[in-house]
Amino acid sequence: MVNAAYAIVALPLIGFAINLVWGRRLAEPLAGWVGTLAAAGSFVAALVVWVTMLGRAPAERVSDLTAFSWFPVAGLHANIGLLVDPLSMTMALFVTGVSTVIHLYSIGYMHKDPGFDRFFVYLNLFLFSMVVLVLGDNFLFSFLGWEGVGFCSYGLVGFWFQRDVAAVAAKKAFVTNRVGDVGFMLAIFLMFAHFGSVNFSAVLGTLVHGHATGLLAGTPGAINGTTATAITLLLFLGAVGKSAQIPLYIWLPDAMEGPTPISALIHAATMVTAGVYLMARVAPMLHYAHATSWVIACVGVGSAFLAATIACGQDDIKKALAYSTISQLGYMFLGIGAGDYADGLFHMLTHAFFKALLFLAAGSVIHAMANRQNMKQMGGLTRYMPVTAVTFGIAWLAISGIPPFAGFWSKDAILTAAWGMNKALWAIGVFTAGLTAYYMSRQYALVFRGQARWREGQQFVVVHDEHAEGVGPGLPAPAHSGEEPKDATWTMTVPLIVLAVGAFFGGLINLPLHGWDFLSEFLHPLFPAAASVTVPTGTKWALFAITLAVCLTGLGLGLTTWRTAEHPRLEPNFLRRAWYFDDAVAATVSGPLRMAAGALAVVVDNELVDGLVNGVANVLGSTGQVARRAQNGYLRSYALGIAFGVIVLLAYLTFRTGA
Amino acid sequence: MSISGPWYLVLAAVLFGIGAAGLLARRNILVMYMCIELMLNAVNLTFVTFSRLLNDAGGDDAVFFVLVVAAAEVVVGLGIIVAIYRRRTGVTADDVSSLKG
Amino acid sequence: MSMLATTQLGVDSAWAVYATGALFIIAGAFGVVLQRNPVHCALGLVVTIFGITLEFIDEGANFLAAVQVIVYGGAIVILFLFVIMLLGVDRNAETGPRRLRLLAPFGVLVSLGGVIEILVLTRGHFWVSGYSSQTEALSGPGEDVQKLGQSIFTGYLLPFEMTSVLLVIAVVAAVVLVRRSDQPGPGAPRKAATQPRQPARLPGAPAAAAARPLATSARPSRGATSPSAPAAPAATGAPPRGQAPPRVASAGVPAGAPVPERPAGASQ
Repeated sequence: MVNAAYAIVALPLIGFAINLVWGRRLAEPLAGWVGTLAAAGSFVAALVVWVTMLGRAPAERVSDLTAFSWFPVAGLHANIGLLVDPLSMTMALFVTGVSTVIHLYSIGYMHKDPGFDRFFVYLNLFLFSMVVLVLGDNFLFSFLGWEGVGFCSYGLVGFWFQRDVAAVAAKKAFVTNRVGDVGFMLAIFLMFAHFGSVNFSAVLGTLVHGHATGLLAGTPGAINGTTATAITLLLFLGAVGKSAQIPLYIWLPDAMEGPTPISALIHAATMVTAGVYLMARVAPMLHYAHATSWVIACVGVGSAFLAATIACGQDDIKKALAYSTISQLGYMFLGIGAGDYADGLFHMLTHAFFKALLFLAAGSVIHAMANRQNMKQMGGLTRYMPVTAVTFGIAWLAISGIPPFAGFWSKDAILTAAWGMNKALWAIGVFTAGLTAYYMSRQYALVFRGQARWREGQQFVVVHDEHAEGVGPGLPAPAHSGEEPKDATWTMTVPLIVLAVGAFFGGLINLPLHGWDFLSEFLHPLFPAAASVTVPTGTKWALFAITLAVCLTGLGLGLTTWRTAEHPRLEPNFLRRAWYFDDAVAATVSGPLRMAAGALAVVVDNELVDGLVNGVANVLGSTGQVARRAQNGYLRSYALGIAFGVIVLLAYLTFRTGA
Repeated sequence: MSISGPWYLVLAAVLFGIGAAGLLARRNILVMYMCIELMLNAVNLTFVTFSRLLNDAGGDDAVFFVLVVAAAEVVVGLGIIVAIYRRRTGVTADDVSSLKG
Repeated sequence: MSMLATTQLGVDSAWAVYATGALFIIAGAFGVVLQRNPVHCALGLVVTIFGITLEFIDEGANFLAAVQVIVYGGAIVILFLFVIMLLGVDRNAETGPRRLRLLAPFGVLVSLGGVIEILVLTRGHFWVSGYSSQTEALSGPGEDVQKLGQSIFTGYLLPFEMTSVLLVIAVVAAVVLVRRSDQPGPGAPRKAATQPRQPARLPGAPAAAAARPLATSARPSRGATSPSAPAAPAATGAPPRGQAPPRVASAGVPAGAPVPERPAGASQ
């Protein structure tokens, strides 16, 4: 039943088509249910395929399904096909699962929004693109999905496009992604030039019936180090753009302008993990490109550290979570760079659970707070929103790396791998883990504990009103202080609970104990050349203990410090303004670009092009003005013209026959 | 035949040329019209000559028809001239020049 | 066709006829082109027509010569003269403000060039290139009229009928063209009278040209024509100088006869 893999891809596409054509007529909430059912069907199909795969021997789990030939141009044969192997199925499972949950959540969240049907059109299209990305069997088809998710991100971040801020943020997201995509495309060109094909099987080797060939088999003759480094570096550039690492992370905080389910789905669980998937997919090539692995690890840990510092100074609940996402993505890349692909993916899985949960809970809080997002104006919500508080708390503990929650296992596994690679990387990683615990505790304390600051006074400074100016659900504008916050409807709380379960028990997927590391075993055939983490067990547990201590310290600091909301010295301006990186980019890049665009617009467009076009028109006009003098209205001049024509004809005849 | 055809043809050509020159040179509309009649007569002469040279009655038939049509044309043309110039004092061809670009 | 002159006298006389005809033609043509007074130009046209007639006879086209005199000389030139008198063309028209001054010399040059080119093209003797006819021959027994008639009424019957239609159209056109706007025609809507004159109400006469009852004496009548003459609708009219209009009968006006009472000086 591996052919059910087609259903994984087809069902979201069908949902997209139905909502596109009949969405307006279906209206809410039926359009939402159509989308959710499509996502759920996709998840069920993924489950079926996965179970089928489990039933086979580990060496038999790779299937390459080809639907049809896409463009067989000279030398390049790209197909529409799906590669069903452990890595892609892992991705597909959690992508479709988390998507289904978030689809359900969105039905409640987007209640009364005039663009309800459009939202689900985009959501289904996004799911389709993401599934194509992870299941495609060649780089071109995956790139199609890559671009598709970028486009859907644009459409969804700018969902409330009447807000200028949202439209600008959407453009920024798309353009920044594009910068990364250049790297991806160049990598594809290089691959084609070197291998003559863009199929995964050709470029990365195959693993069929227990026999690994090509790069998977570790044959060094297939590729030399320089080409491998080039290709993987370029691919990593694409991953940096998509997964918001330094220096292309600037779009992710601004992308919080989109609705909260989008932030949860796209910018926490799925799209941003596409970069991680890509790097894991080319693991066989990374084996020959050690320089790239170093680059990946350094960029990852740098992003993790930088983003964590920035998150410590953010007031907006969603922006803090956005920087947290960047930080956790950095951890995933650290794992990939260190060669521990399985743990990098493990962290991606657990992160999907708790980060999506955090975002969705934040969405419930925002709804309850009448669309205010400033944490300094919340507080003490545990009493009013118990379910949300508990689930948020579970996610908070998970991300802070507290056992037995999921985040502990995955993060510590990565840190162990980092120790095996370079002690400095490990140290930064540990410190960042502490910072993570600190800022997440800060967030939890500000929102759910302490005084109910939202009761104070009537002057609420609106940091960000998602539904202002008639855009968005019909919730009234701020100062809704009479109504008490409470937990949201069941469509919004059930997803929270489901994700909380995942965040709690997710660690069981890959415990670092022999026999319990299911995920690593599952993925092992794909990374045979991966350097196994050779850290003695005793060292491993010691590292775990150190990390735990650091995290607990951070947690305690955060909780105690932030019982009150005013600590200006702990939030210096350079943290609030994200190390002025955005401003630097604006000054160096967008300023000159804008000047160049302006110059081009004036010189080339106005003068050159318009001049050419108008010049042609003017020439014709003046020619006409000259020619019209022949039409002077005088009969006799016309007669002369006729006579003259006759003369010319006769002259031609005369001299033709040779007078 | 004592006088060969080309003599008549040259004569007709010269008459045609004189008529054309007059048409272009004169401004009085009626005189221009008379020059047109000159040209038509030249054509008639040419037709008759060719009819004789080629021994074909078609030339004479052509002259017959040219005569009829020329008469009809004069009728209509003079009617137009009368209609246009009825209220004017001068009758030059340059007076009606409003059909211009 | 009596072109077979065998005796010297015959040859000379043939040349004399030709020369006379040529002289008339050229003289008349120059008269048309060069005279200032349009009436003199019309007379020159008559001379040219006589010359052409001579040439026709010289070539044996007797019937055509007769028709030429009747139609051209007897009708067309008369029409010209009528219009000249009607419009009162003054002899100063040529000396008015001159626009397109260069047109006359250019016109002469162009015409001259045309004639020269024709002569050069034919090199004086390559005039005829076609085959002689066998069926519609002009030679053989019978008069040229007989040959002409046979040819027209058998081979060229359709053009002949079309020319008759053309003549009818021409007559109708002439009437319509010169009709004044305050004379109601058949089926014309009643126009508001601007002057205190009673428009003559026609009883919807089908043929506008035929038997139009003229108005009362308050109106100068113009443009009443009768189609009685086959090829020459006579324009009976008074000169537009507001003189007392004559009472004219609408029918039976002899073709070509000008109204005698008017002073000839009114038209030039």
